[in-house]
Amino acid sequence: MDTTRRHALKTGGGVTLLTLLAAAGWLKPGEAAAEDWNKAAFETKSMDETMKALGGGAPATSADIIFFSTPDIAENGAVVPIGITSKIANTQSIAILVEKNPNILAAVFDIPAGTDTSLSTRIKMGQTSNVYALVKADGKYHVASKEIKVTLGGCGG
Amino acid sequence: MADPMKIRANVVGDSTEVKVLMNHEMETGQRKDAQGKTIPAWFIQNVKVTHNEKVVLNAQWGPAVAKNPFLSFKFKGGAKGDKVKITWTDNRNDTRTDEATIA
Amino acid sequence: MIARLRIAAAIALGVTAVAIGGAFAQSSTVDEIAKYREALQDGNPAELWAARGEEMWTTPRGPKRVSFATCDLGLGPGVVKGAYAALPRYFADAKSVMDLETRLVWCMVNQQGISEGDATKIKFGDGSARRSDLEALAAYVTSQSRGVEMKVPVNEPHVRDMYRLGEQMFFYRGGTHDFSCATCHGEDGKRIRLQDLPNLTKTEGAQKAYTTWPAYRVSQGELRTFQWRLNDCFRQQRFPDLVFGSEASIALTTYLAGRANGAPYNGPAIKR
Repeated sequence: MDTTRRHALKTGGGVTLLTLLAAAGWLKPGEAAAEDWNKAAFETKSMDETMKALGGGAPATSADIIFFSTPDIAENGAVVPIGITSKIANTQSIAILVEKNPNILAAVFDIPAGTDTSLSTRIKMGQTSNVYALVKADGKYHVASKEIKVTLGGCGG
Repeated sequence: MADPMKIRANVVGDSTEVKVLMNHEMETGQRKDAQGKTIPAWFIQNVKVTHNEKVVLNAQWGPAVAKNPFLSFKFKGGAKGDKVKITWTDNRNDTRTDEATIA
Repeated sequence: MIARLRIAAAIALGVTAVAIGGAFAQSSTVDEIAKYREALQDGNPAELWAARGEEMWTTPRGPKRVSFATCDLGLGPGVVKGAYAALPRYFADAKSVMDLETRLVWCMVNQQGISEGDATKIKFGDGSARRSDLEALAAYVTSQSRGVEMKVPVNEPHVRDMYRLGEQMFFYRGGTHDFSCATCHGEDGKRIRLQDLPNLTKTEGAQKAYTTWPAYRVSQGELRTFQWRLNDCFRQQRFPDLVFGSEASIALTTYLAGRANGAPYNGPAIKR
């Protein structure tokens, strides 16, 4: 049993309960405490489960989500630059999902009003895979994807 | 206490561009050491960036963010001399906060 | 140290004795990889090492509680700006030609009172639990030569001798696979899997290669120096272990650094 669950059961509630509710779709992430970590979403292993844990259903593909400074081939999967710009109005968050990674969700960025809906970071990819940029705007989900070839797996050996 | 981040904050037009490099192993929990034992997962889970106390970015990360993470983004406003503060917390409840002055 | 470096030229048994995969990579693949490398440049974790090294440079340390302010890298005590672009060089106080790391170790031992064993305990770092002071210092010192023209004093007699020794080593074939440095780095268009190999016998190749070390090696997750690069080359050639700071390592470094003369130094860089 992982210790957070043990702790939660001992104290009768807290962070774990909230994330379980979020995973069940009863509570959208972000409505919980700001410092929460959506454990459920970060441990799901299928695209559908991950989307659900993030609160989205089946997102619509959007041409207004653009990858920039994101190469087609990563010489080393340990460091893959990903840049995402969302041109969709009222973008609230951008998430990065890697289909073939052991855990699909890499990162979620909550973007307050006044911050550009464009950012870049670096992720690890275990193998060649589709990378998805999942955007939440006005409570609705949109997605764009790009295949990135990896010449050397970046997660394990 | 963890090593300091390298933060660069610059005025670009009517926005501030923030680039940050963080010192962190971002261990996935997938690797095994020389004895075959799994190296436990150790990674930044939350990142918060504020400008003059206002939150300009909030992120949740998993172990698939690259080691020694890099992040770059822009927010509207910000003037030379303002402070940008970045805090990260990891799954060991370790935390680090660094501040930079907008140039 | 290479057990016995026989200066007498080895007989070359054939021009293309070793198959390395001489086919050119598809040009679109090469372009995409170039884009990957380009995208990596923005935000180099080497800066984190350089920040640590800068702090180390000015902090008194060792039994004698002395900082590196008295350490002469060739341009005067404590002078860091431009120093790496003029290394290796001859140091009269040490009576030998030294590269950056051997000089740093010399300062640590002779000025800070640290034992050689302690100074070189961790040559190449391995994670946050096993960090190398030398790598941090190298990141800092080299960052202060960025943009400075390479000016290894190859005409100074001691340096010239090292340069010539390094040149002979570069073309010397040995080990179980009969490799020399030139086997991989002596011709255009060679690659190992998807890694293009620079032709170090051409000035442009030599300049581009030498001026981008040290580098943050993504695959290592560490900042690696030229001593590391040569050590790894020896490993890949199935040569005996190249001893850290050995005359052999300095000879090769002197040769390759000298071949880069005239080009602006571009490190610390970031590589796969």
